[in-house]
Amino acid sequence: MTKEKTAEEQCNEACEANERIQEQLKFSKIKVKAVKLTGEINIPELNPKSMLSVKPQLLTAKEMLEHLGYPAGGLVPNWKEVFLRKMDEMLKKYRSVKLYMDICVKCGACVDKCHYYLGTGDPLNMPVARQELMRKVYRRYFTLPGKLFGSRFVNGSDLSEELLVMWYTYFYQCSECRRCSVFCPYGIDTAEITMAAREILNSVGIVQKYLHEIIFKAQVIGNNLGMQQNAIVNALEFVQDELQEETGLDIKVPIDVEGAEVLFVTPSADFFASPHIESLYGYAKVFHQAGISWTMSTHASEGGNFGLFIHNYEHMKKINKRIWEAARALKVKRVVGGECGHMWRVLSSYSNTMWGPFDYLDQKYKRPQHICELTNDLLNRGALKIDKSANEEFIVTMHDSCQVARGMELGGMPNGQFEIPRAVIRGVCEKFVEMPADTIKERTFCCGAGQGLLGDDMMATRVKGAMPRMQAYHYAKRESGVNFVALICAICKAQLSKMFPEYGVAMEEVGGIHQLVGRAIVLGAKESV
Amino acid sequence: MRTIECAGKKIELDEDGYLTNLNDWSEDLAKMLSKEDNLDLTEPHWEVINFLRSYYQQYQIAPMIKILVKEIKKTMGADKGNTKYLYQLFPDGPAKQACRYAGLPKPTGCV
Ligand code: SF4
Ligand code: SF4
Ligand code: SF4
Repeated sequence: MTKEKTAEEQCNEACEANERIQEQLKFSKIKVKAVKLTGEINIPELNPKSMLSVKPQLLTAKEMLEHLGYPAGGLVPNWKEVFLRKMDEMLKKYRSVKLYMDICVKCGACVDKCHYYLGTGDPLNMPVARQELMRKVYRRYFTLPGKLFGSRFVNGSDLSEELLVMWYTYFYQCSECRRCSVFCPYGIDTAEITMAAREILNSVGIVQKYLHEIIFKAQVIGNNLGMQQNAIVNALEFVQDELQEETGLDIKVPIDVEGAEVLFVTPSADFFASPHIESLYGYAKVFHQAGISWTMSTHASEGGNFGLFIHNYEHMKKINKRIWEAARALKVKRVVGGECGHMWRVLSSYSNTMWGPFDYLDQKYKRPQHICELTNDLLNRGALKIDKSANEEFIVTMHDSCQVARGMELGGMPNGQFEIPRAVIRGVCEKFVEMPADTIKERTFCCGAGQGLLGDDMMATRVKGAMPRMQAYHYAKRESGVNFVALICAICKAQLSKMFPEYGVAMEEVGGIHQLVGRAIVLGAKESV
Repeated sequence: MRTIECAGKKIELDEDGYLTNLNDWSEDLAKMLSKEDNLDLTEPHWEVINFLRSYYQQYQIAPMIKILVKEIKKTMGADKGNTKYLYQLFPDGPAKQACRYAGLPKPTGCV
């Protein structure tokens, strides 16, 4: 008979386990070189475990962890218990995840569809292999044969520290882009499995820094950047001054204006970073020229919602709430969202469930609108005068941001999420060329840094994961002289403008769709239409 | 996390080389950090660093690049007031590298 362990012994074991985990999850800077661009996306040679050393930084700030409701001292002592309890909860709450655990037939259709696999050759970046990391635990602990006969019998995994390391590594090499799901005959969505896996890791005290620090800032300060009110006001006033200087017109970038028709929400990156900021100039010009009164809000100063990346409704709700509080307080008639991939998904698909019904809005606009929808509508009605020659120098292509492309509809029409942004580009540019068909629209490749992988700590993953997109861009450049990629996602903008130089392309070739719109709008007195 | 010694004081840096405690900043420290990157801080570098610091004191965040560019244009002349020039000064990008020397925290978010 084994002797009961004393409390002290148990404690020591737990401390040691935590120390071991901290040591193994330590992040170290890994420099990788971008491959040469050929325009081809080839299936790589297998390079097993080549990405095992890439670890995102852990969040250690106690105050943030406590606020988010995660353990603040690293791996919790009874982690196996907590892990299984959380996994059980996730399987019950997300029945899709449970279904995905059961239905994969190992057909292999997904294996070469992930940009991280294509970029790294690491077999654990094959979507089905990523899923198997969770499925093995599922078979062992959540199926009858697994419970009765153990992991050997069901090809399962017992919980171990090694497993934690594998989970933390490979569930943070998935950008939840959902490309694999398009090719899966069963529609298995690896993104949802990844989200659940990250939440399970969070529950035992393994919390990634970049994404959770941002969730904290978005909840406590109100935006991902952690910009205080006076900084937001300063930035927006600056943009307004610049616009007025440039055009000689009284273009406004309104903040907290009660009674405006539109509340405009956008990622805070749009009033801070480049090239994001260029789109802000475009939005302001559109509203000005269309004569639509609009406002931004210092309370709802973030459109993005990183809560989605771990499918944590509590976090998501808290972040989303600010938007609807501001909409009510400012008494606007509708809400319009700017250029951000996952923001659009949360804003359009989840808002109503979380904080609806929005009976205080103009019932013509029961759902938030996308800025591309608004601009496209104005273009169609001839309400904006456009001078395409302002974009003469560009041969433009479009990168479909995956959270829009594989999110929900846009503009209330089938394929609106592909066609409306393209219609806007075509409406303001003479020359538009597509990248190869298997790299766009519903089959678009992620930029390589989505859903929490944009930190500097993820540089190796970012460079390698960007490969398919870069090859496709290179192809369009070589074949058709493309020199600008337009897109509607803040993360994609940050990632691609960093990756372009890595791959030997100028960073100025990346920008938002409304950057192009802003250049082409003819401002001033309206001719009657 | 690592520590470096500057003027007899041990100073803590985070994993990316940013100051853990913003009050630890000194000109000597900026010089030390830049030396590690084989960069000599010249007058224009200091203009940028000082502006970043004073903006940060007021707003608790670095200014957007455009604000920085405009400021540089004002103080150093039109030919210097562009992003290219800033990248010449700080090859790793003004937002990240210059902020690090100036003792500002790293910006987070989709940037
Ligand atoms: S969701 Fe995207 S990143 Fe994740 S496994 Fe599928 S293709 Fe790869
Ligand atoms: S395509 Fe679907 S069913 Fe086939 S291996 Fe991949 S996840 Fe499993
Ligand atoms: S950053 Fe853009 S492309 Fe990448 S995952 Fe998000 S929406 Fe997709």
